Amino acid sequence: MAEAMSQNRKAAFSLARHSTGIIASVLFLAPIVWTVLSTFKPAQEARQPPLPPWPTTGFSVENYETLNAFGDGLWVSAQNSIYVSVMTVLLSVLVSVLAGYGFSRFRFPFRDFFFVLILSTIMIPFQSILTPIFLVLTRLGLHNTLTGLVCVYVTLQLPFSIFMMRNAFDAVPREIEEAARMDGANNVTMLVKVMLPLVWPGVVTIALFAFLGAWNEFLAALVLMTDQSKFTLPVMMTALQSGRFGAIDWGAVQAGVTVMMVPCLILFLALQRFYIRGLMAGAVK
Amino acid sequence: MTAMTAASAPARSRTSASLRQWVGLLYVLPAVAFVTVFFVIPLGMTAWMSLNNWPLMGEHAFIGFDNYVAILRDTRFWNALKFTFYYTVIVTIAIFAVAFPLAIFIEKPRPLTNLYRTAFFMPAVVGFASASLLWSWLLNVDSGLFSPAAYDLGLTEKKVNLLATFQPAFWSIIAMVVWKVAGFTMIILMTGLQSIPQDLQEAAVIDGAGPFARFRAITLPLMRRTLALALILSVAGSILAFDQFYIILRGGPRNQTLTAVYWIFNQSFVSFKLGYGAALSMVLLAILVALSLVQLWLLRKPEGLD
Repeated sequence: MAEAMSQNRKAAFSLARHSTGIIASVLFLAPIVWTVLSTFKPAQEARQPPLPPWPTTGFSVENYETLNAFGDGLWVSAQNSIYVSVMTVLLSVLVSVLAGYGFSRFRFPFRDFFFVLILSTIMIPFQSILTPIFLVLTRLGLHNTLTGLVCVYVTLQLPFSIFMMRNAFDAVPREIEEAARMDGANNVTMLVKVMLPLVWPGVVTIALFAFLGAWNEFLAALVLMTDQSKFTLPVMMTALQSGRFGAIDWGAVQAGVTVMMVPCLILFLALQRFYIRGLMAGAVK
Repeated sequence: MTAMTAASAPARSRTSASLRQWVGLLYVLPAVAFVTVFFVIPLGMTAWMSLNNWPLMGEHAFIGFDNYVAILRDTRFWNALKFTFYYTVIVTIAIFAVAFPLAIFIEKPRPLTNLYRTAFFMPAVVGFASASLLWSWLLNVDSGLFSPAAYDLGLTEKKVNLLATFQPAFWSIIAMVVWKVAGFTMIILMTGLQSIPQDLQEAAVIDGAGPFARFRAITLPLMRRTLALALILSVAGSILAFDQFYIILRGGPRNQTLTAVYWIFNQSFVSFKLGYGAALSMVLLAILVALSLVQLWLLRKPEGLD
């Protein structure tokens, strides 16, 4: 009798839990799914309210095609975004692996000063130093170039990624290094052949954060990229959504939003545990 | 003789060892160079520019603290700052109201929990710009979702433009930000919940403490640092809000949703008053640094523990 009741209670609890979970999941996923489905409507239908969200007058990729016809086209901005994000990943991984190794394994003058200096930049909002960054880039001849934007994005990533990499190197036992040194490994071989495989998860984490950060950044790209051929996707799509190319084509806007969202979602789903790891590392310390 | 060799050998190896340590400087040099050129120097320049009249073209002139005096009289900046704080308070409360229950919901490993957690988190990996563009469509009066759906369901007599007046526009932004950020805050709060020892909760159950008493006496105090971290991240992020107000509302209706960063952006990159923009930036920077100091204090290790 008592057992049957507790069985019932368990079932009721489970039912309540799953219905809450499903309703909440639908609320969080609906805007994304709604947009992605709507992009496959023909242009005519995409101008109407999205009820229902899926195409009713036939499947079409017209929205993606019109998008490519605005200004310099979707493809140019997408290429810019890909270039900026990939370069930010490569450069910030290179710089922070070197720095993480240096901070973790060597004692040199001003070591703590440099470490605190890099970490403390996280306290200062980059939004407040954008004008001088603009002037510095002009002085370096990087004004209105994607390379200049990459330099800014790399700098913004450094406090987090150097912190991550220093901790990753700290976690590698020194005995491993000493054994390798006995075998005659010098500093560089040591780093590449011995240490890198051991800190690989940390590298994936910082690469993921660097990609998402660069791919999604808006304000710096808006301020620093003045030439339309240099626009990244967020800047290009905002120009389109503001009606800069004539009447707003909402079908094209959604197509652009989809192009912007999908890489982030795929990367997150594929590398979820590295993402959560990064968040935890930030949250626990 | 023997004593001398014995003394000099360790000395020499100490010098070569300390020389080897210097190599570390080479490893950190690229990072220091990036931070110096693209952060420290611009930071110094902001301070210097704020003391100058600095137009985009032509010569700049030193004017002392005139820019700061002008800020005192800049009612539009103070209005923007006031709005920014108002937004920060409301959105932070809203995010926590959604994220805390979700964190409790996904804290324990049960069937499908991982799936739910992933679903709740998805909007957090989408950028603020993408999310804003997406919602600017959903909120559009003619081609969007909410107004036409409400009209079709007979909830409103005509299609209501949600972005035309302050209240609906403001709350639409709040809804969008909560949708986008709650999953992120949820994960942070979850790590805090999971760090609470299970036996503590069990002991309290045996002592006859109800769920509410347990939450107040065990969960909240033990989560202090996590709560502080989630709070600071939310507050700092909200004070710097720009993307959503620029993309969805363009600061409207009637400039009522201009945030502090938006105002600085307008002064610096629309009006090209670079010196004045720098002075405004210094004010914003001071606010954020003060916030970081509060954060360090809140995140201090509990007394008596390491």
